[in-house]
Amino acid sequence: MTATSPRPLAPSGTPSGLPSRTKAIDTEAWIMRILLTLGALWLLVGVVLPLIPMIGRSFHDTSGQWVGLGNYVQYLTTPSLVQSFLNSFGVAITTTLLSVGLGFVYAYGLTRTAMPGKLLFRTLGLLPLYIPPLANAIGLIFLFGNQGLVTKGLFGLLPGVDINLYGFNGIVMGEFLYCFPQAVIIMITALNLTDARLYEAATVLGASPVKTFFTVTLPSVKYGLISAIFVCFILAFTDFGVPKVVGGNFNVLATDIYKQVIGQQNFAMGATISVFLLIPSVLAFVIDRLVQRRQTALVSAKSVPLQPKPNPLLDWAMVIFCGLVTLFAVTVFATIILASVVKVWPYDFSLSLKNYNFGTVGGGGYGAYWNSIRMALYTAIFGTAIVFTGAYLVEKGRGLQWLRSVSYFLSTIPLALPGLVLGLAYVFFFNNPIWRIPFTGMAIYNPFHGLYGTMAILVLANIIHFYTVCFLTATTALKQIDPEFEAVSAAMAVPFYKTFWRVTMPLSLPAILEIGIYFFVNAMVTISAIIFLYPANLPLAAVAIINMDDAGDTASAAAMSTLIVLTSLGVRLAYSTLTRGLRQRSAAWLNR
Amino acid sequence: MTFSEQPAIANTPSDTDTVPGVATPLTQTVTAAADRSSQAPYLRIENVRKTFGKFVALKDIYLDVYPGEFVCLLGPSGCGKTTLLRIISGLEQQTQGRVLQGGKDVSHLPPSMRDFGIVFQSYALFPNLSATQNVAYGLQNQKVPKAQIETRVSELLDMVGLGGMGHKYPAQLSGGQQQRVALARALALSPGLLLLDEPLSALDAQVRIRLRAEITDLQRRLGITTVMVTHDQAEALAMADRIVVMDKGYIAQVGTPHSVYQHPTSPFVANFIGVMNFLDGVVEADDTVRCGNILLTAPHNTVPPGQAVVIALRPEDMRVIDTPSATLVPNQVKAEVLGREFLGAGYRLDLTLEGNARQPIALEISANRARAMGVESLTALTIQLPPEMIRVFPKENP
Repeated sequence: MTATSPRPLAPSGTPSGLPSRTKAIDTEAWIMRILLTLGALWLLVGVVLPLIPMIGRSFHDTSGQWVGLGNYVQYLTTPSLVQSFLNSFGVAITTTLLSVGLGFVYAYGLTRTAMPGKLLFRTLGLLPLYIPPLANAIGLIFLFGNQGLVTKGLFGLLPGVDINLYGFNGIVMGEFLYCFPQAVIIMITALNLTDARLYEAATVLGASPVKTFFTVTLPSVKYGLISAIFVCFILAFTDFGVPKVVGGNFNVLATDIYKQVIGQQNFAMGATISVFLLIPSVLAFVIDRLVQRRQTALVSAKSVPLQPKPNPLLDWAMVIFCGLVTLFAVTVFATIILASVVKVWPYDFSLSLKNYNFGTVGGGGYGAYWNSIRMALYTAIFGTAIVFTGAYLVEKGRGLQWLRSVSYFLSTIPLALPGLVLGLAYVFFFNNPIWRIPFTGMAIYNPFHGLYGTMAILVLANIIHFYTVCFLTATTALKQIDPEFEAVSAAMAVPFYKTFWRVTMPLSLPAILEIGIYFFVNAMVTISAIIFLYPANLPLAAVAIINMDDAGDTASAAAMSTLIVLTSLGVRLAYSTLTRGLRQRSAAWLNR
Repeated sequence: MTFSEQPAIANTPSDTDTVPGVATPLTQTVTAAADRSSQAPYLRIENVRKTFGKFVALKDIYLDVYPGEFVCLLGPSGCGKTTLLRIISGLEQQTQGRVLQGGKDVSHLPPSMRDFGIVFQSYALFPNLSATQNVAYGLQNQKVPKAQIETRVSELLDMVGLGGMGHKYPAQLSGGQQQRVALARALALSPGLLLLDEPLSALDAQVRIRLRAEITDLQRRLGITTVMVTHDQAEALAMADRIVVMDKGYIAQVGTPHSVYQHPTSPFVANFIGVMNFLDGVVEADDTVRCGNILLTAPHNTVPPGQAVVIALRPEDMRVIDTPSATLVPNQVKAEVLGREFLGAGYRLDLTLEGNARQPIALEISANRARAMGVESLTALTIQLPPEMIRVFPKENP
């Protein structure tokens, strides 16, 4: 019924009030477009463009002549360099097996058993996250090095054991301490996402615990396991700090790049090796992405969380296992601190703070320490603002769908870029005052050249280096916010940026602070991305550790490591206190 | 600005369109559908089509909504009703066609430039803002003086029955209260059009029934043109002035709740709204249909003789005949009881008709009647399929 015959429409109530509104809305749409474009440009300059001159450089010789694949041929026919490639692989695979294997058992204990002391083990197990990998390496030297406590048998009390620290063993131990907490975090997340009803079903169907483990547990954490494997592989494959300190004559790709660039000023070969470092990382990244895409949600809103039942035998076995792993990590950590406060390791154990007087050693001393704090603060502030805004535009923006997809893709790339490669690429990109546009013979002035050798480029490198993890954190937080908020705001004619400020940001505050901390801590401990970039007048704490260690001032290196660790832990502690206060104040809308 | 006191458009009280079970509002603001259609439509959907890739979500939709009318878009999930609502709001762009609101072509305006308030199924209340701040959100952006905002907000909260609760955060309110805040927020800017996207689906059954009366009451008091999306036919029957039944991207039928329920124009509508018995048959003569070996008088039949048809009859429309007499009552059929189900207020009997055992049908009788009949031990009975209640549809090709 009511066949609608055409009829004039009722006149609008307030047609006169509209023109001003029209203008305002146009502005809003344009602001969105401009911001999206700026975001994409930022990623283009920060991520994509710098890689081009670096890859180009690998096809030229030291004097700038085009040699095609010459550098690659030279690399592949130099036995010592090929050996480095194999060494890197060996280290990465061994570390991955150790970290993911032990990390899985550790996380399983924390999530799926009723073992006592979970909070303690959780905290201590993740402790190495706040320790620069090369600081762990310094700790290992004091334990297993030539003058190490274990090597010397605890001042001759026990028979000494020399594990041949310098080389493969030392690197794997150091990388293990670096990768283990990462693997544990990923595995805890994966193991927490489960449905108790699956286990009840398995029990009711008469499956043995072993069968249940292989048919329910393993399949449900498959994707987490794969992710952990690739993350650990990339970290161990590309890390520079540990092999630099305990590598000895055992060369890996990362130290090769450093030697070519810093030692021999052979930038072309540095670029070539960088490509060799880059390819496996990118491959691992791509495979991981493809695999994760197949993941479907196992856990629905109706899932029942699993409550582990007590099982004394398993629980205590887990305590012993976790205790041993933790003991290793804590011992290394304690050794760093101890070594920094004794007079002469291992001969004179009387306490002294003389190692904290950096005046007599190279590296920059407290100046370097404050520079690092400044750099970490800038990285945290600007990085968080940029990452969160970028993630917001990609996730909640309207229009320009293709540009948002491109931005998302570019935002995930930095995860596949080893720090050393990024740093070297920045050198090529920013240091060059003139860009030659390939195949045209034209050249333009580099508008970013002014950044080179400043604090700004260090901050930029850090932000890009740690961009992906922060971006994904922000995206996850934004996805949890009702997608209709923007629609409701639009219905009330409130522009998106006001809702962003009044609603989206306050709701995402925990994630925003988490991102800030992540940036700060990582900027404090990183060296790989900045080792080629820091100017002489801006010494940095993490770099100072390397320089002190190179100069034989290992105790001072331990002292500087301790300062960095304490700063990172202090910031994390302050964050916990701060968020507790925030949480109490916002309790009204967080909980009933 | 105080539209809680605003007199509604003058009109006559409605008759058959008054929804059963809903208290008649104090002020007489209900406009009969017949009266409205003589006015100019406030909202017009003209030839709107929406495709997602190859999938056609909406096929050439025409719809007029008159000032002050409450229209329900009703249909199973995936029928396109939400897509249509989002196109009306501008949250989705139609592939083709126009949307006209209040005499103005708004087809290509972004949502922020259209004049509507919206309530979502999730309510989308800002959890970090109190009820007051939520309602004031749009007003603050309009640079309304603070004192005026305060008056307006407390007025709105009073109107939805939340006076004095403005300081609470959404998480401190019950589902029904959150729903009211969302409603107050949607009405804060006095929009010309109110859009409701499954506003009651997230609530408990009892709260839902209470709120649907409150919403219709409020809507009639304010006289605001309203379009609601729902998949719940009972909700649509109870609330709407007109129901738009949708299926697979097209409009299957538009009409008052009464006409859609009593005079469905297709088996789909008949089956989607309420419970319906279907029997296959063939048209014998203009007003006679044969189902199996049963000859039924069907005066409403319009299908030519010889064609295969489906006849439809509601379970509550059939009568039990206590003293069968072949001559006086047309369409008498003997039936065997297959099963019985106690429904609380009545009984449902599953029957097979003598002469057409292939398709069992359901019959509903009141508990009172059932007791008198001794329904628990009943094995056979005689029923009447009242001729005027039988709908005949041409059989669709399978």
